[in-house]
Amino acid sequence: MADTLTAVAMPAERDTVAARPSQTRSHNRTRPALAMVAPAFVLMCLLLLGPLLGVIALSFTDYQLGSPSFSWIGLANYQDMLADRVFWISLRNTLTYVAIVVPSAVALGLAVALLIESGGSLRAWYRTIYFLPVMATLIATSIVWEFMLHPQFGLINGLLHGIGFEGFSWLQDRRTALYALCVIGIWQALGFNMVLFLAGLVSIPRQLYDAAEIDGAHGAWARFRLVTWPMLGPTTVFVVVITGIRSFQVFDTVHVLTKGGPSKSSEVLIHTMYIESFEFFRSGYGAALTVVFLVFVLLLTLVKSALANRGVHYA
Amino acid sequence: MAKIELNGVRKTFDSAEIIKGIDLAIEDGEFIALIGPSGCGKSTLLRIIAGLEPQSSGEVRIDSIPVDGIRASARNLAMVFQSYALYPHLNVFDNIAVPLRMRRHSALARIPLVGRLLPERARTERGIREDVERVAAQLELSGLLKRKPGQLSGGQRQRVAVGRAIVRQPVGFLFDEPLSNLDAKLRVHMRAELAQLHRQLKATFVYVTHDQAEAMTMSSRIAVMIEGNIVQIGTPAEVYENPRDIRVAEFVGSPKINVMPGLVRADGGLEVLGRSLGLDTPAPAGRCSICVRPERIEPDAGTGAISGTVVHLENLGAEAFVHVRVDRVELPLVARVNHDRRLPAIGSAIDLAFPASAVRAFDAAGRRIEATAPVRSGRVREKALG
Repeated sequence: MADTLTAVAMPAERDTVAARPSQTRSHNRTRPALAMVAPAFVLMCLLLLGPLLGVIALSFTDYQLGSPSFSWIGLANYQDMLADRVFWISLRNTLTYVAIVVPSAVALGLAVALLIESGGSLRAWYRTIYFLPVMATLIATSIVWEFMLHPQFGLINGLLHGIGFEGFSWLQDRRTALYALCVIGIWQALGFNMVLFLAGLVSIPRQLYDAAEIDGAHGAWARFRLVTWPMLGPTTVFVVVITGIRSFQVFDTVHVLTKGGPSKSSEVLIHTMYIESFEFFRSGYGAALTVVFLVFVLLLTLVKSALANRGVHYA
Repeated sequence: MAKIELNGVRKTFDSAEIIKGIDLAIEDGEFIALIGPSGCGKSTLLRIIAGLEPQSSGEVRIDSIPVDGIRASARNLAMVFQSYALYPHLNVFDNIAVPLRMRRHSALARIPLVGRLLPERARTERGIREDVERVAAQLELSGLLKRKPGQLSGGQRQRVAVGRAIVRQPVGFLFDEPLSNLDAKLRVHMRAELAQLHRQLKATFVYVTHDQAEAMTMSSRIAVMIEGNIVQIGTPAEVYENPRDIRVAEFVGSPKINVMPGLVRADGGLEVLGRSLGLDTPAPAGRCSICVRPERIEPDAGTGAISGTVVHLENLGAEAFVHVRVDRVELPLVARVNHDRRLPAIGSAIDLAFPASAVRAFDAAGRRIEATAPVRSGRVREKALG
């Protein structure tokens, strides 16, 4: 969200600067320029900066949802947070989730895209199949996953029994709950990444592969290293950051399947935030958690823009 | 250095036959140009020679060895692409070094980081550095080695692509319209550079282009391809002076050769626009086309000549082209006029003539037909018209 809005607003500002031919004529041009930027600027303030400042302000209060008054308590919410065991657990779980989902979903998305691209027939069919999870409502698919992961009559344990393994009670076991959620997260993110990688692959000029072949890169791996991977650089940066941000935001599956349990083993940041704000009505504390979450998203965005400026190649 | 032979090469895409049985022997060290209008299959033929595209039938031999099952990378040919196909993420040095690294390093040594630990890698890399720097100096790229392709001009990119091709000293070079992305001035300059390069390397050059000027100026032989066939092979002068097919005559030469409707009389005499040319032909009677190059047409020829109206003038300084509309001729005839002649005004009437030796006659199917001046009246009929 933050990304798209700034992306829309930025070119508008740049254009007005570029449209100014000389300093002498600048001041009678400034006003129309400002007028043209104004709608985007107002929208940005209303939809983005305003709420953001509101949340930051709220995190310095003891406001409770529905209560008629509040008082400023400075950094007390943050002090509470640092002392709160649940915060640390949910932060660790979130980071674990991101660390597992991002590399797997990116690597698998790339692998599937490469396979689809190299295969001849049924391309559209495979594309649709892999993209289906992205289009389906996550809440609904979560319920399907719940059936599949059911300890007694779930499909997955059934299959495991079939080949002679003992199943798990995946979502009710502290050891497996978070990882089961990771698998669902990967399954869900994979299709989206695949589509982005497919778009990236299509835009690689065919002549580069011809040149690589002539230059002696005759293995699939050599071709991948010499042409595909570098040419996908900008796409990869984008996919990693988008998957990262979406993984940080993991909530639906957690809320539907585990509610953070058992015993907080699958508790994640946004879920903690939701519980604190809307079940315990500690809105001030919830806002402080939100600020921490935003810092992580901001870091990812900064990494992206730094890499994007370096990694884009114009052929 | 290599001799490249094609025997009965055909290529079919889906049901369309793109290349219809090509036999071609390219001599060692020869500079041959494949020319033809777009879509004639010349680039496909080049890709078949390179090994980037398998032929549907027929055989390709390099130095008498059939290479049909051999991959492009193993044929030891270099190719320069129309878009240059430089690796945009690598700088000039690395771009030129790619073919050497692919060949000289083992697969293990090419693995990032791990490869650096191998002792022989450093030694090979030193050899590669020397070779790349030698080629860069030869192509005047030494100052640009650290730049990325995106920071180079078109001509510089072109030179990097050539550098990448020559650095590993292949047996032959394939060029796929390498100059068509350059501006006109640079193209003329690069033409001279490529011809110079060929003299230096003495390697086999196969050069695909749709620009007949490039083919005429650089190559030792031209193969004209039309609709999947090689219609004529010969030196530039031969192809220009003695086209064996009307399509060759029309494709080679700028401006285009003048085509006029003609007739072979029952007695074997040739006629154009109802006038006798004073030429005999062994061809059977019927319709034919009479073609004359613009530089052989003389304006202001006086009575008895073909008369028409000037419709357009192109003054190029050193020469000018006069376009003349003539009744019963589809396109205006073009006459080349030297700069010292006064140009006629647009709309004015003009008489055109040409010598009998300038006539190239083609039958209704487009094949060249012999036209000779009868011995008995050779001197009198020296001028065909006028």
